[in-house]
Amino acid sequence: MGYDPQNPMKDRITDIGPPHYEGMMPKVINENRGKWLYHEIVQPGVLKHVSETGAECYTVRVGSARLLSVEFLRETCDIADKFCDGHVRWTTRNNIEFITDSEAKMKAMVEDLKGRGNRFPVGGTGASVSNVVHTQGWIHCHTPATDASGVVKAVMDALFDHFVSMDLPAKCKVALACCLNMCGAVHCSDIAILGIHRKPPMVDHDAITGVCELPLAIAACPLGAVKPHTAKNSAGEEVKTVKVNAERCMFCGNCYTMCPAMPLADPEGDGIAILVGGKVSNSRKGTAFSKLVIPFLPNNPPRWPEVVDTVKGILETWAKNANKYERIGEWAERIGWEKFFELTKIPFTEKSVDDYRLAYDTWRTTTQFKFTSHTK
Amino acid sequence: MSKHDTPMMDDLEKGPWPSFVSDLKRQAAKSPQCWDILGQMEQSYKDKITHWKHGGIVGVFGYGGGIVGRYSDLPDKFPGVAHFHTVRLNQPSSKFYTTEILRKLCDLWEKRGSGMTNFHGSTGDLVLLGTKTDELEPLFYDLTHDLNWDLGGSGSNLRTPANCIGKSRCEWACYDTDAVCYAMTMKYQDEIHRPAFPYKFKFKFSGCPNDCVAAIARSDLAVIGTWRDAIRINQAEVKNYISGANKPNGGAHSKGSKFDIQKEVISLCPTGCMWMEGDTLKIDDAECTRCMHCLNVMPKALRPGTDQGATIMMGAKAPILDGAQLATMIYPFIKLDAENEFEGLVEIIEKVWDWWMENGKNRERLGETMQRISLPVFLRVLEVEPIPQHVKEPRSNPYVFWREEEVEGGWERDVKEFRKRNAM
Ligand code: HEM
Ligand code: HEM
Ligand code: HEM
Ligand code: HEM
Ligand code: SF4
Ligand code: SF4
Ligand code: SF4
Ligand code: SF4
Repeated sequence: MGYDPQNPMKDRITDIGPPHYEGMMPKVINENRGKWLYHEIVQPGVLKHVSETGAECYTVRVGSARLLSVEFLRETCDIADKFCDGHVRWTTRNNIEFITDSEAKMKAMVEDLKGRGNRFPVGGTGASVSNVVHTQGWIHCHTPATDASGVVKAVMDALFDHFVSMDLPAKCKVALACCLNMCGAVHCSDIAILGIHRKPPMVDHDAITGVCELPLAIAACPLGAVKPHTAKNSAGEEVKTVKVNAERCMFCGNCYTMCPAMPLADPEGDGIAILVGGKVSNSRKGTAFSKLVIPFLPNNPPRWPEVVDTVKGILETWAKNANKYERIGEWAERIGWEKFFELTKIPFTEKSVDDYRLAYDTWRTTTQFKFTSHTK
Repeated sequence: MSKHDTPMMDDLEKGPWPSFVSDLKRQAAKSPQCWDILGQMEQSYKDKITHWKHGGIVGVFGYGGGIVGRYSDLPDKFPGVAHFHTVRLNQPSSKFYTTEILRKLCDLWEKRGSGMTNFHGSTGDLVLLGTKTDELEPLFYDLTHDLNWDLGGSGSNLRTPANCIGKSRCEWACYDTDAVCYAMTMKYQDEIHRPAFPYKFKFKFSGCPNDCVAAIARSDLAVIGTWRDAIRINQAEVKNYISGANKPNGGAHSKGSKFDIQKEVISLCPTGCMWMEGDTLKIDDAECTRCMHCLNVMPKALRPGTDQGATIMMGAKAPILDGAQLATMIYPFIKLDAENEFEGLVEIIEKVWDWWMENGKNRERLGETMQRISLPVFLRVLEVEPIPQHVKEPRSNPYVFWREEEVEGGWERDVKEFRKRNAM
């Protein structure tokens, strides 16, 4: 039995999809689907849901590194076997949720988790900083401008108190993407940490012939900065290749996605931009994009102190000044972005003035503004 | 494969947040490749640059997605990660697992790969991180035969759909997100596994406008639960909030003063459609835009109405290429009915795909195609009548692209005839 390399198509099974969810869920969930009446947060990291039938379930939410070993998963299974009849789930923000139907088991579980070093921190509910949605970075991707796991670890070590307590005006969602592809879709986060390049792609005339379909590489550039070209390779032969008009380049990296002979990563060129004030939920003012407030901070492994200090500074200034329920973007809009820059002491630069398509949408076209230190 | 000197990685073992470095070291006892992962990471930390090459086309026979090829650019130094492909598994709806299936998966992945995973990738897949080409077919065989589990999507196809927990554990869900996500995943297995689209296409399912899977920000087709009738009010519980017996926002704030319904609910309502009459809470439901704020703050007192369904929004994407887009509201309300296999939704999906497969350019997300050809044309294609809800406000420029058939007498005119009446 098992896979037979001589006969790969034998007994092949395809297109069966994922396991059915009902088989994966605990009894209390299957029995009360659609019957939940309300929930409350019993303590930071612990939710209680109450059903019309009178049934209750307790959820213990735990932060995780997202990058998990199977040894860690086995430990997670041990916990789920002990307290949750062998069921466990993950949230969209990479938190682990242990669900149980009794308060006593919940309490015993919280005690048990405390005894497991830094591996199972309970928190991430309500007015807290939840886990950081993030991407691969240097652990697995070919296009990053920064690392993901290490930056997230450094940032969450610094924001830990806000993960385990609910001491903020509202929830704060932090996200990281290590390049503009934004696999993590950070463009609507309260605080977004975004890897960016600042040097235009190089063109490897020796490699380009085999690996790149030139018309696709040329078409890939949204700004038309990549043009057909002929040049000599190191062997002195004329080859069909491309050249890059560096003045037009906005360092998006899309050419490299299409053509491996156009690398743009660089130790000094690459770093991190910070965007704030995005929001996905439709509550109150509705959705919003995150806005670029810091165009560049250097990559400084292993702990990215500039990034950590900035994120902490923004978070704490907001926490001190915002009204209850006000997310970072709602706060910045109410006080005005000029006040945001003044209060956070972030220097305003021309890089925060939009000059891409539809840029005009963000220019100020009213005489209404506040006088701040910026107006001199 | 042996241990490398990794001072910078070691520094990331300190601190209160879970450490992926400690975890890699623990796994290294069973999967020695993990020493090379740590070694190559340390090298990247020193060089401030990635050491992964531009992928490679690998996969399992018959599928055009689900596996992302990956090779180290320092294979001699770190042979354990020389070939290090990712496998995307289609996660179960709302990411519940039994420990039984997880333990089987752990054993399989320890045997066939690095023992490292992502729970989960940003799209929703369970990501198995790091294996060799030779291992792919045997892994796929065991996965489908022993675990009854299939791969997710990658490339220009339907990416693995994802959903919020919905009715399974949330009182606000207006439709069964688990059921719809599973049904669409099963119906479109071919579209997930065999790329035939201009570019990637994502479905995401959130049960209410709180949108816990961020459907509105990152899916080409977002299905977001909503209701058409009145918010259900339990006045006794409203009084319990006012008296302080109930904690506001489900107890989400550990700090703060006594609950003030005027300040925390009524004046934060974006449409100003709530007021108190004595100690009775009133809502003018015709003015409510279902923003969820009041329900979030008083979950025991307020519930969504009972005429429930979903709003369909389209065209969200991250910035590459033409800038980020949020989804645009297209269908204000549809019913989602398991009895007819979610027929209304299926019809919409297939209409959009038919048109986009013909008209979308290579590597153009739906939102970009919508921008290029315009929202009026897109609505016409879908046979949706334009309504004020489709826009935030009417346009402010007068540059209307009238079509000839809309103008009395058409466009053909004779300038000589014109001159007889209107001299130069
Ligand atoms: C050595 C050669 C190449 C390797 C190893 C490689 C690898 C990859 C990988 C790993 C991805 C990510 C896939 C995903 O997100 O699911 C990707 C995306 C992509 N590659 Fe390549 N690639 C190569 C060459 C090319 C070439 C020559 C083209 C075009 C002619 C190309 C076009 C694309 C496109 C369009 C995408 C985006 C697909 C998507 O986002 O779904 N690649 N490539
Ligand atoms: C043009 C845009 C994009 C390109 C070219 C791209 C390319 C890639 C590549 C090359 C990888 C492989 C990383 C690895 O080796 O593990 C990857 C991973 C991934 N991407 Fe993208 N990506 C794009 C946008 C997005 C967006 C917008 C999302 C989700 C909303 C997304 C979701 C994912 C997921 C789930 C993974 C798996 C690993 C992870 O979660 O970090 N991608 N992508
Ligand atoms: C071929 C193109 C156009 C020509 C030859 C043209 C010519 C003229 C002329 C000769 C006048 C009268 C000035 C006067 O006697 O006071 C005028 C007025 C005006 N035009 Fe145009 N025009 C053109 C396009 C446009 C466009 C595209 C717009 C705006 C969208 C525009 C807006 C106006 C306005 C606002 C006035 C002033 C009306 C008024 O104050 O009564 N024109 N134009
Ligand atoms: C294509 C678009 C427009 C057209 C065809 C148009 C046409 C006109 C016309 C016919 C008048 C009357 C002039 C008169 O008193 O003889 C006028 C006045 C005016 N327009 Fe426009 N206009 C346009 C766009 C705008 C825009 C975009 C603005 C400002 C943002 C603007 C601001 C004004 C102002 C301030 C007046 C003077 C009103 C007053 O008498 O107090 N117009 N326009
Ligand atoms: S965000 Fe960019 S660098 Fe990071 S995993 Fe995605 S494609 Fe790779
Ligand atoms: S990085 Fe982007 S803007 Fe620059 S050349 Fe490449 S595709 Fe064009
Ligand atoms: S999106 Fe709404 S229904 Fe779904 S889990 Fe979030 S709050 Fe509940
Ligand atoms: S849901 Fe939003 S708009 Fe509707 S009554 Fe409540 S706060 Fe007002």
